[in-house]
Amino acid sequence: MIKSNSGIRKTDVINRRMFIIGAAKIVVFVGIVARLFSLQINENKKYLTLSDKNRIREWKLPPTRGNIVDYFGNVIAGNLKVYQLHIIPEQVENFNYLLVRLKNLLNLSDQKIIKINKLKEELKPWDSIIVSENLSWSQFVKINNYLYDLVGVKPVMTISRNYPFKDVYTHVLGYVSQPNEQEILNNQIIQERFVPGMKIGKLGLEKRLENYLIGTNAIQRYEVNAYGKRINQLEHQKGQQGSKIRLTVDTKIQKACGELLKDRAGSISVMDIYTGDIIAMYSSPSYDPNLFLFGISQDEWQLIRNNPLKPLINKTLSGLYSPGSTIKPIVALSALENKVIDTKFKVKCTGKMELYGQTFHCWKEKGHGWVSLKNAMKQSCDTYFYEVSRLLGVDRLNITAEKFGLGKKVLGDYFDNEKKGLFPNTKWKKNNLGKGWVLGETLITGIGQGYIQSTPLQLCMMTAQIANGGYAIKPKIIVDSNPISYEDAKQSMESGLLFDADSESLLDKKLFKNQKNIKIVQEAMFSSTNERFGTSYKSRIDDPKYQFAGKTGTAQVKRISKRERELDLELEQIPYKDRDHALYVAYGPYINPRYALSIIVEHGGSGSKAAAPIAKKLFKLIIDRHDLRNEQSNFERITI
Amino acid sequence: MFQHDRLNSEITLFQKIKNLDYILLISIILLSILSVFVMYSTDGGEILFHTKNHFVKLSVFFPLMIFVAFFNIKFWHNFSYIIYFIVILLLVYVSFFGIKSSGSQRWMDLYLFVLQPSELMKVAIIMCLAKYYHRLKIENVNSFTSITIVLSIIFIPIIFVIAQPDLGTSILIALSGLIILWLGGVKIKYFIYSFITFLISLPFIISFLKPYQKLRILTFLDPDRDPLGAGYQIIQSKIAIGSGGLDGKGFLKGTQSYLDFLPEKHTDFIFTLFSEEFGFIGSVALLILYSIIIFRIVRIGSISRSNFARLFCFGYAFAIFIYIVVNLSMVLGLLPIVGSPLPIMSYGGSSMLATMIGFGVVLSAKINHKQMIA
Repeated sequence: MIKSNSGIRKTDVINRRMFIIGAAKIVVFVGIVARLFSLQINENKKYLTLSDKNRIREWKLPPTRGNIVDYFGNVIAGNLKVYQLHIIPEQVENFNYLLVRLKNLLNLSDQKIIKINKLKEELKPWDSIIVSENLSWSQFVKINNYLYDLVGVKPVMTISRNYPFKDVYTHVLGYVSQPNEQEILNNQIIQERFVPGMKIGKLGLEKRLENYLIGTNAIQRYEVNAYGKRINQLEHQKGQQGSKIRLTVDTKIQKACGELLKDRAGSISVMDIYTGDIIAMYSSPSYDPNLFLFGISQDEWQLIRNNPLKPLINKTLSGLYSPGSTIKPIVALSALENKVIDTKFKVKCTGKMELYGQTFHCWKEKGHGWVSLKNAMKQSCDTYFYEVSRLLGVDRLNITAEKFGLGKKVLGDYFDNEKKGLFPNTKWKKNNLGKGWVLGETLITGIGQGYIQSTPLQLCMMTAQIANGGYAIKPKIIVDSNPISYEDAKQSMESGLLFDADSESLLDKKLFKNQKNIKIVQEAMFSSTNERFGTSYKSRIDDPKYQFAGKTGTAQVKRISKRERELDLELEQIPYKDRDHALYVAYGPYINPRYALSIIVEHGGSGSKAAAPIAKKLFKLIIDRHDLRNEQSNFERITI
Repeated sequence: MFQHDRLNSEITLFQKIKNLDYILLISIILLSILSVFVMYSTDGGEILFHTKNHFVKLSVFFPLMIFVAFFNIKFWHNFSYIIYFIVILLLVYVSFFGIKSSGSQRWMDLYLFVLQPSELMKVAIIMCLAKYYHRLKIENVNSFTSITIVLSIIFIPIIFVIAQPDLGTSILIALSGLIILWLGGVKIKYFIYSFITFLISLPFIISFLKPYQKLRILTFLDPDRDPLGAGYQIIQSKIAIGSGGLDGKGFLKGTQSYLDFLPEKHTDFIFTLFSEEFGFIGSVALLILYSIIIFRIVRIGSISRSNFARLFCFGYAFAIFIYIVVNLSMVLGLLPIVGSPLPIMSYGGSSMLATMIGFGVVLSAKINHKQMIA
C-alpha cells in the first residue's frame, strides 16, 4: 500500500513536471515558427536575390568592333568569322590520345602541346582550352570530319577583326591585339568590357578611336551549380557593335600610292585643298596588320623589325625630313609679303655664293645666270634663294612658314606618333642650342636644309594652303559631324571667314597680306612643272584637266664633301644610306585646283627624277575620282 | 489479486493491433512517405542511391517498430538495463575497432549496414533512467547515492561519444538523460545550480573544445566572417530557406539544393531543402506533423499506468522535440552547427533505427497502457 502510495505521488511529480516541459515546448516551437516567418516571409526578397545571385552567372562575350570605312563606304577595317578549336577537358575521354590526334591533324608544335597541358592543369575541367584561335577553312573541315573520334573537341565560330586591304592602311588604322594589363587599367571602358580573348586598338586610329569602336559585350546568363559549372543557358543578351567610322580616305588612291612606292621607303599624302580631307596617307613600306591579330610569329616579327626600309615607322607623320627645295615657295612668298623682293628682282647665279669666306653652292655647277623669281623657282636656283633669304632673314621666314603649318602638328592629337617637326628662328637656336644665329644658317634654311625638319603631311598641307589661295585649312581624316560641302568650303574660304566647328566661331583664315603674292608663287610653281627647263617638266601633263603645278626638292642627308662634288657620282654609285631624299609637292588641276599632294622617296636621289614622275601617275587618278567623290555626300556621320 | 492478474494477462494479437495508436502510426507513415519524396529531391529528381537506401531502411525499420511494439512494455522494462549495457559495450567496441571517417570514429560495420551505436544510446539512456526512476522511491530521489548513480549513467556513454568525437550526439544524449532526472523529481534548485555552474565554467569548457568546434561557435556568432569557408553552410542554408518564401519553389525546383549549394543536404540539412521547396506553409505543416507525434507520445505516457512507461514516453517525446529543435535551430542559424539529424527525415540508418525502436516502445506502452509494473 505504501508502495502504491509512493507510486501515485511519483506519478503526480512526473505529471507536474511534464506540464512545465509541455509549456516550454510550445514556447520553443512558436519561436522556431517565428524564425521561419522572419526568414521566409519578411526577408524572402533578400534571400531570393541571394539565391539568384548564387545560381545565375553572367558571361560577357567580346564586343564586336565597329567597322571603319573609307569615304566611299568600303570597309577597310571590318570583322570576319573565324574558326577556332576549343577542348573541354571534362568531356575528353583520353586526353593524351586526343592531343596526338590533333597534333597530326593540325601540325601542332611540341611547345603548343606543352602549353595545352599546362592550361589543362590551371583551368577548371569545364573551362574550354583554346587550341587554335584561327583555323583555316580546310583545317576546320578536317576537324569536323574527324569529330566522331575527337571527343571533347569543340569547333567554335567567332568574330575577329579583319583588314581586307592588308598593308594598304596599316599606318592609318594601326591594328588590334590583346591588351596588356596597363592598357586595361588605363581605360575605364576597356576595363568594364574586358573579357579574355578581346582585342583592343594598339596603334593608329584603332587606338585613338577605341572608345567609339569598342562596342558593348553580348551577355549570356547561365544557371551554374555551386562549383561554377554551367547547367543551362537562361538568356542571351545581344551586344551592340561599336560605332561605324567613316574616313576621308579613298582606297583606290591609297592603294595606288602603295603600288607607286613599292619596294621603296617613302610617303605620299594627298589632301583636299578646301575641306582639308586627307585623301590618301601612305607610308612605305607597310606591313600586314592581320598578322598581329592572333599573335605574330617571331620570324614574321623579326622580318618586319629588321627590314632596313623601316616599315614600322609611319613616315607620313613621324618621318622628319629636310624639305629641300620644296620650301622655296614659302621663302618666295615670305619675301614677297615682306616686300623684300618683287617679280622683277633678279640675282646672278654663278653656281656658288661666297659669304664670310664660306662657299654656298647652287645645285647647278655652271650657274643659272641672271634669274628672276619665276626662273629661280622653275629651275630651283639655290643662289637666288640664298640671296632672298639673306635679305629676308630667318625670323620673318619663320613667321610665314609657321602660318602655313610647318613646325606644328597637322592632325592634332589623332595620332600619338605624329611629330611636330621644326622650323628654326634665332630665338629657337638661342634657347635650345645656346648659340647665336649665324647668317649662313639663314641661307641654308632658305633652301630647306639645316635645322629645318618637316613631315610629309606638313609639306602637303603647306602646298594645299598655297593652292587654295592662301587660306588656312584644318586637315582631317575622319568625316565628322560638321561636314562641309566642297563648294561651301571653297566659297566660305574665299569670303575670308570660315566657320570653325571646334571653337564655334568665324575665324580669319587668311594667311596672306596680299593675295597677289600667292598668285605669283602659284605661277612660279606652274612654270616649274609646265615650262621648258622646269625641274619637273618631264613629269608634266598637258591636258588642262589634269595639269598640275609643283615643286621638286632634293634633300641632302649628309654634307657633300668637295671631293664628292667633283666626282658627281651617279645615284647607283652612292651607298643607299647616303643618297639624297627625293621630294615633290604639287597641286592640281592648275585651273580650279582641288587637291594637293606631297611625295617623299627616301634616298631616291633627285626630286625631279624619283618623286615628280610619281605625281604624274597619281594626278590623273586623283582628278578622275573627283566627281565620284563629290557625289558621295549623304552618309551617316558620327561625332568624335 | 485476481483482478490484478487479469490486467497482467497476455492480450491477443488482434487486441494488440486494435490497441495501436493509429494517429501516431499514421503520422509516422506520413512522415516516412514525405521523407522518401524529399530524399528523391536531394537525388536531383531521380531514384538514386539515397532514395533507394532510405526507402529500404524504412521498409525494414518500420516493421521492426511494430515488432518492438508487440512486446509487452514489461519486457522492455525488464531488459532496459541490459540494453543500456549492450549499447555501452558497442560504444567501447567502436572506440577501439570502429570505422574512421572524416576524422571521427563512430561507426561499426554490420555487413548489411553501418551502425552508429551513439544513436542507439539516445534511446537506451531514456529506457535505463526510466527504469531507475520507476524503481526508485520518491524519498530517495534527491539522495546523494541516487544522484551519483544517475549522473554516472549519463556520463559513462557521453565520455565515449565525446571521445569519438561527436559533440552533437553527446549533447543530445545528455539532454535526453537530464529530462528523466527532471521528470523523476530531482530538485529544481539542483538544475538551477548546475546551470549556473555550467555558465560560469563555459569559457573553461570552450578552451577544451577542438579548434573546429571553436570555429563553429565563432561562425555561428558571425557567419559572414568566412562566407566561403566555415560560414558557407549556414549562409547557404539561410539563403535556401529564406528564398523558399510562403509556398516554396516547388517540389524538385529548389535551386539551392539542385545546384549543389547546400552542404549535407541528405542528412543534417534536409530541412533546408524541404523548406526551400515547400516554403513557410510546408515547414509549418511539417512542424505540426512533428507536434502531433510528440503530443501523441505524451498522451500515451499520461494514460500509462506504470511510471516506467510514463517516464519513457515523456522522456522520449522530449528527446524527439529536442532533436527537432536542435536541428532546426542549427539550419535556421539560431544555434552553432552541431551534427544532429532530423528524426526520420534525415538520411542515416542508425538514427532511423533508434527512432523507430523508440516509437516501438511507445506503441508497446500504448498497447499495454493498463499494464502495471512492480
